[in-house]
Amino acid sequence: MTEIGTFSNNRLINWFKLSSPSTFYPVAGKLIPIFWALTALFGAIGLWISFFVAPVDAVQGQGYRIIFIHVPASWMSMFIYIVMAVWAGVGLIFNTRLSAMMAQALAPVGAWMAFLSLWTGAFWGKPMWGAWWVWDARLTSELILLFLYLGFMALQASIDNPRRADKAGAILALVGIVNVPIIYFSVKWWNTLHQGASVSLTKAPAMAQTMLWGMLLMALCFWMYSIAVGLMRVRTIILEREAHADWVKRLEEIKEVNG
Amino acid sequence: MSALFAVIHRDLLLVARRKSEVLTALFFFVVVTSLFPLGIGADATLLRKVAPGVIWVAALLSTLLGLHRMFATDYADGSLEQMALSPQSMVMIVAGKILAHWIVCGLPLVILAPIIGIQFDLDRTSLYVLMGTLLLGTPVLSLLGSIGAALTLGVRGGSLLVSLLILPLYTPVLIFGAGAVYANSVGLDTSGHFSLLGAIFILALAFVPWVSASAVKIAIE
Repeated sequence: MTEIGTFSNNRLINWFKLSSPSTFYPVAGKLIPIFWALTALFGAIGLWISFFVAPVDAVQGQGYRIIFIHVPASWMSMFIYIVMAVWAGVGLIFNTRLSAMMAQALAPVGAWMAFLSLWTGAFWGKPMWGAWWVWDARLTSELILLFLYLGFMALQASIDNPRRADKAGAILALVGIVNVPIIYFSVKWWNTLHQGASVSLTKAPAMAQTMLWGMLLMALCFWMYSIAVGLMRVRTIILEREAHADWVKRLEEIKEVNG
Repeated sequence: MSALFAVIHRDLLLVARRKSEVLTALFFFVVVTSLFPLGIGADATLLRKVAPGVIWVAALLSTLLGLHRMFATDYADGSLEQMALSPQSMVMIVAGKILAHWIVCGLPLVILAPIIGIQFDLDRTSLYVLMGTLLLGTPVLSLLGSIGAALTLGVRGGSLLVSLLILPLYTPVLIFGAGAVYANSVGLDTSGHFSLLGAIFILALAFVPWVSASAVKIAIE
């Protein structure tokens, strides 16, 4: 056994080794089915609780059930932006290829979550507020978050040199991060139509226990979905960018396609 | 510091030699704001109500028009690369370019605003508030815009892309700028709006030159 081999066997997983696209690619491939299975599991239990177990809301009737999609999607849209910006920042500072690819892979997932949050919000707003859309601080800042995702994707797509695209995108992602606390605190800072947070770490939840469980399970489901889709996207990006590398040509799936 | 003034002097001299581009952006500002009364009707109370938003949005858009000029021509003829290679700090050079852009594109808006405001039947204090918000807000537009201008240097459809990248970041300035004028017109206190605008301005002034300088370096790498 070589010296490098013994070194890497000292630990259970060598995290630094994973930062190389060639080692990350097969690991991600093995993880994706696990995360899809978890998505299905949490989704099934979460939807069952949210549709059949959770009680009807005293004020909002059955219509409130849309929060089981709306709230997790909104959380994920903000959280994914932070994760994306952190990956982009890591890529900018340490010049690692994989972290920039991660940021690029997460942007469409985050944009989809922001869109889902706005769309379900509109479905909720029509019966509750009587309007599909109001120019409320939280709604507007969430819309801007969607625009930030789209701007990041547009900037990356329009720069041909991938190194420059990564760096330029990273700067934009880091500048845009100022919007995340604005969305999060918007219901506190402005006296707006959108209701305050239903779940807080510091005080007891203001909702029924089963509702909370439904929402948390759905949040876990969205979390797993985002990881699964993010990994699938990053694998595609790796293949695209590393197409010239030998290890890609040796992959079984590539050999099959090339016949 | 001398680099800062040298860049400002150079950029202003370039503008003075080719006035048409700058005048186009200002003319755009005047035309857009003058079109609104034609489009929505000449009702004085309605005009007074929409004036802050209309004037501010027009200011945002006319700032965007001039943004590509901040780095693009220097990038095309290679002088930006020369500046980056010089021993002068890139942050100072970028700060000079931002300041020159504000003098050319922002300051005239502040001076023109009262004339536009009179068209919209704003009273005297509203005009003062409008000028005050523009004086605090337009430097932020130039600062934030420089990030977009630097990121899209030499990029396909760059000038169109800038609007997608930068307009979302402009929204706080628009909200508090137009909000102050509106608050004043309905008799509310405007000091909160001014404090927030000032905070945004200081924050942008503290960070943006560094961000833009690194964006320029990425572009010419």
